[in-house]
Formats: sequence, structure tokens, C-alpha cells
Amino acid sequence: MSRALLLCALGLATAIAYPLMVPNYLVTIGMLVFFTAFIGQSWNIAGGFAGQTSFGHVVFFGTGAYTSTILQVTYGWNPWLAWPVAMAAGGAVGWMIAVLSFRAGLRGSYFALITLAFAEVFRILANSVPFTKGGLGMLIKADPRPANFQFKDPIWIYYLALLLCIVSLLIAWQLTRSRFGARLVAIRENEDAARALGIDVFAEKVKVLTLSGAMCAAGGTFYAQKYLYIDPGIAFGVDKSVEMLLVSMVGGAGTIFGPLIGSFTLMGINEVTRWLASVVPALKNVQPLSLVVYGIMLILIVARLPDGLMSLFRRKPRHA
Amino acid sequence: MLEVREISKSFGGLTAVDSASLDVAPGEIVGLIGPNGAGKTTLFATIAGFHRPDAGTVSFEGKPITGLAPHRICAAGVVRTFQITQPFAGISVRENIMVGAYLHTADRRLAAREAEAVAGLVGMKDQLDQRGADLTVAGRKRLELARALATGPRLLLLDEVMAGLNPTEIVEIVGVIRNIRAAGVTILLIEHVMQAVTSLAERVYVLNQGRMIAEGTPAAIADNEAVIEAYLGHGAAKVLRA
Repeated sequence: MSRALLLCALGLATAIAYPLMVPNYLVTIGMLVFFTAFIGQSWNIAGGFAGQTSFGHVVFFGTGAYTSTILQVTYGWNPWLAWPVAMAAGGAVGWMIAVLSFRAGLRGSYFALITLAFAEVFRILANSVPFTKGGLGMLIKADPRPANFQFKDPIWIYYLALLLCIVSLLIAWQLTRSRFGARLVAIRENEDAARALGIDVFAEKVKVLTLSGAMCAAGGTFYAQKYLYIDPGIAFGVDKSVEMLLVSMVGGAGTIFGPLIGSFTLMGINEVTRWLASVVPALKNVQPLSLVVYGIMLILIVARLPDGLMSLFRRKPRHA
Repeated sequence: MLEVREISKSFGGLTAVDSASLDVAPGEIVGLIGPNGAGKTTLFATIAGFHRPDAGTVSFEGKPITGLAPHRICAAGVVRTFQITQPFAGISVRENIMVGAYLHTADRRLAAREAEAVAGLVGMKDQLDQRGADLTVAGRKRLELARALATGPRLLLLDEVMAGLNPTEIVEIVGVIRNIRAAGVTILLIEHVMQAVTSLAERVYVLNQGRMIAEGTPAAIADNEAVIEAYLGHGAAKVLRA
């Protein structure tokens, strides 16, 4: 245990020192690693720990992004104040989807498909209703002041992403050692047995999806504040859902560090392939080369390492 | 302690349980036997809340529990095990049992201690760190028992915990069940292994084609004509006596 603690401290120190030593674009890449790990963890809590695989997690992300942006742009709220409201909205959407689909008894792939459907419905709605400005998207006026949740120096947004990531790791860690977490794992492993042992399966699933939705919505607001622009395709597009699912599966679904390791790996591939495409002429036309590599990697991981990259680090059974 | 009154349950056109009644008194071990497809597991599942009965009532310690959700029935003190074992395959035996222990405490250390105590009672102390998936059939049966016990039940519904075990393992688990009763838990068990039923149960109910056809001591049941015919076919009792 003390060794794991040492490793964590070392990792944290590196993460804090990193942006002070590298050029700005590398700082931004680091920010993306932690940000993606954060939203990946929001997926992991529901999909990995509780086994409620979602293909449409972006619905929470977009709800968060739009809620804070509308409050800010249309109603003049301070984005910091809009942030918790966005999280509450994401949680509410998670609660709603959970109640509707789990009341109807949807499980497994049916649940996954219904989340995908919800995300698509939200995307189409955001495209057509007036208060989201439809397909034009919403622009947040640039006004880089920390009080305004905008930063001139990328280092601050990097540290904020790091902080979010740490919070999400702590939440996941808490799940591995609490009754709530044990119940989620029991539900993932066998719903009927969980029910027989006194677990209110419906209530626990609603709870975890609400939590996951709120977390993911926090990521949505963060994203909007970083790029100052959202449209229905960005906020509710299937790409982000896949990204969240992918980093968790690649790293190791249902583990604390899975999403972070997955995010690190995928961002790494992204950058390496981009660099390769720029130096190897033959690869110039293989447009996004990273997708090819992702595909191959996903096949390898599903076939050879179904528990993700984390399983390379740990093969012994977990202790309580 | 448990009163089941005229429970009926059908699936589509098939009547699995047909106004069956039974009683279990505190401290008893009661057997429920019957040929394959008699409706024993359906009756169990209905008592434990996994099926809502079409008619009839179930009450436990005087309070009606008919049609309550399984987790509420479990919280009331009635817990079932599964004939086809349902371990939480990806986690350790300790964590499996802790899920049961968490019913009455949110404290991890307390739940872990409880899990170890229960593991001792069912003879799984040495397997606490094994994964659920890595257990033998006998191990899985014990785990079913352990998890159920960890919820601190007053009535335990055991669905064929001996099926698939070899004679040595059966003797061991009969001992375990005796210990559980000695610890103050009342037991209702479905069982096909007659030797075990006769050595454990004070009273036996016989279910055939959804109906309760006999009730009595194991010796009386073994001599009952209706029961012999249910198992061996019409006219079998006469042939046996001749």
C-alpha cells in the first residue's frame, strides 16, 4: 500500500511540474489527457463499476455544456456559478434516463442503445430549438479573466483539468472501498444475486447514473469554457461518447486508473500518428491515421486483454 | 414463522404452482421435495419476491410479505440461494460475502469481519482471496450459502445446495447446515438427495405438478402412496407393496 502511495505521489509531482518544463502545445495535450480521463471516469463509474454500459454518455456532457453556456450567454451568469447548475442538470438527465430505462427493465445492450438514442434526440433538439441557437452553435465571448473561467495562460486550465481528474480518481477510489461501490460491483456481476442479497438494484442504478451524469456535465462546462464555442455536433456528437467508452475500456473498465491510463495511451497514439503522418510521405493520405491505430488496438485489447491495460500491472486478486 | 397460503403462479398457460400452502416454525429444518418440474423453485422464487403470485399470501413472522421486492424481503429476514449458483465471478470470495454483510452495516471493516466469521462457519476460511469464478462446484455452493448467511437472515431458503456434490462433500455440507441451524437460523430446503433430507429435515412437504400432495416426517413421506406414485408413476405403490 505504501508503495502505491509513493507511486501516486510521484505521479502527482510529475503532473504538477510537467507544464512548467514544456512548451505550450504540450501543456494543452497534457490538459486533454486529464480532461479525457475525467469524462472517461464519469463513464467508468456507471459503465465500468456498475456495468451499465452506455453508448450515449455525451448526453450528459452536452447537457452540462449547454446549460452553463446558455446561462452565461443568454442570462449573463458567471460561468463559475453556472457550473454547479450544469452539474445538477446533468445529474437530472442521468436520473431521468435511469428511471425511464430501468423501470422498463432495460439491461445490457438494450440500455446501451437507449442511451445512444437519448443522445441523438438531444442532438436533434439542440439543432432545432431556438434557445440553443440551433446549428449555428453558441459562442462565448472571449474575456480571459480567471473570475470569468477563462485563462490566458494554458497552464491554469491544465491545472484545473488535473484537479478534476484527481477528484474523479478519488471518487473511483472511494467506490472500491465503500458499500455503495460494493453494491455496484455486485449488480455488474450478477443482478439477480444482488437482488436476493437485499440490494435495491433499481435505486442503486439510478443513483450511479445520476452521479455519473453530474460528473460528465462538469466536463461539458469545462470544455465549453476552454474552447468558447459549442454546437450540437460537438456537444451531443457520438464521438465523445465513444472517446469516454474507449479510454475506459482500453485502460481497464471498473478500475481506478483505467480511464487515466487509457486517455494517456490514446492521446499518445494521437500525437505519434500525427507526427508520423507529417514525416512519412506515404502516410499523408491515410487521413486520420490515429483511427486506424485505435481500431487495431481495440481489437487487440478485446481479444488479448479484456480487462484493459491495467491488467498488465496487476494480476493478483483484489483484496477488500 | 413462515406461512404460505394457497399460492398460485402460472406462466402463460402453464400452472407452475397451484394453490400450495406450507408452514415453517422457528428453529425447524423443513424439506421441500418433488419430482423435476414440480414447481419447487417457482414456489421458492415466489416466497422470496422474485415472482409475484397470481393468488395467495405469504407472511413472515406475522407480517405479510406477499409480492414485496426481493430486497425488502431480504431485509425482513428471509433470504434465498440459487439452484444454479450465481457467484459474483469477478471478485474475491471475501468481497462476495461482504456484499451480503453490507445489508446491515455500511462499515467496510465490520463487513469484512462479518464475512470472515461467516466463511469460518461454512468452511471457506482458506478460500477468502480466491475469485468467485475460480471456485469448484462445491465451493460455489458454499459461497451461495455464505453470502446468504451474511445478510443475517432468520429464515434461509436453500435451493438444492447439494446437487452436483460428491458424497464426501454432501456429508460436509449437511454438517454446515446443522451448524447454521444451531446458530439460530430456521431453514427451508429444496433437495433431491433423499439421504440428506431424511437426516436433516424434521418435516417434509411434497410438491407434484404444482400441488402440495403430502406433508409429514421423512419416514411417513417415504411410505406415502401418493408420493411414491408421484415419483415412480401410477400404480407403483401397489407394485412395491406386492
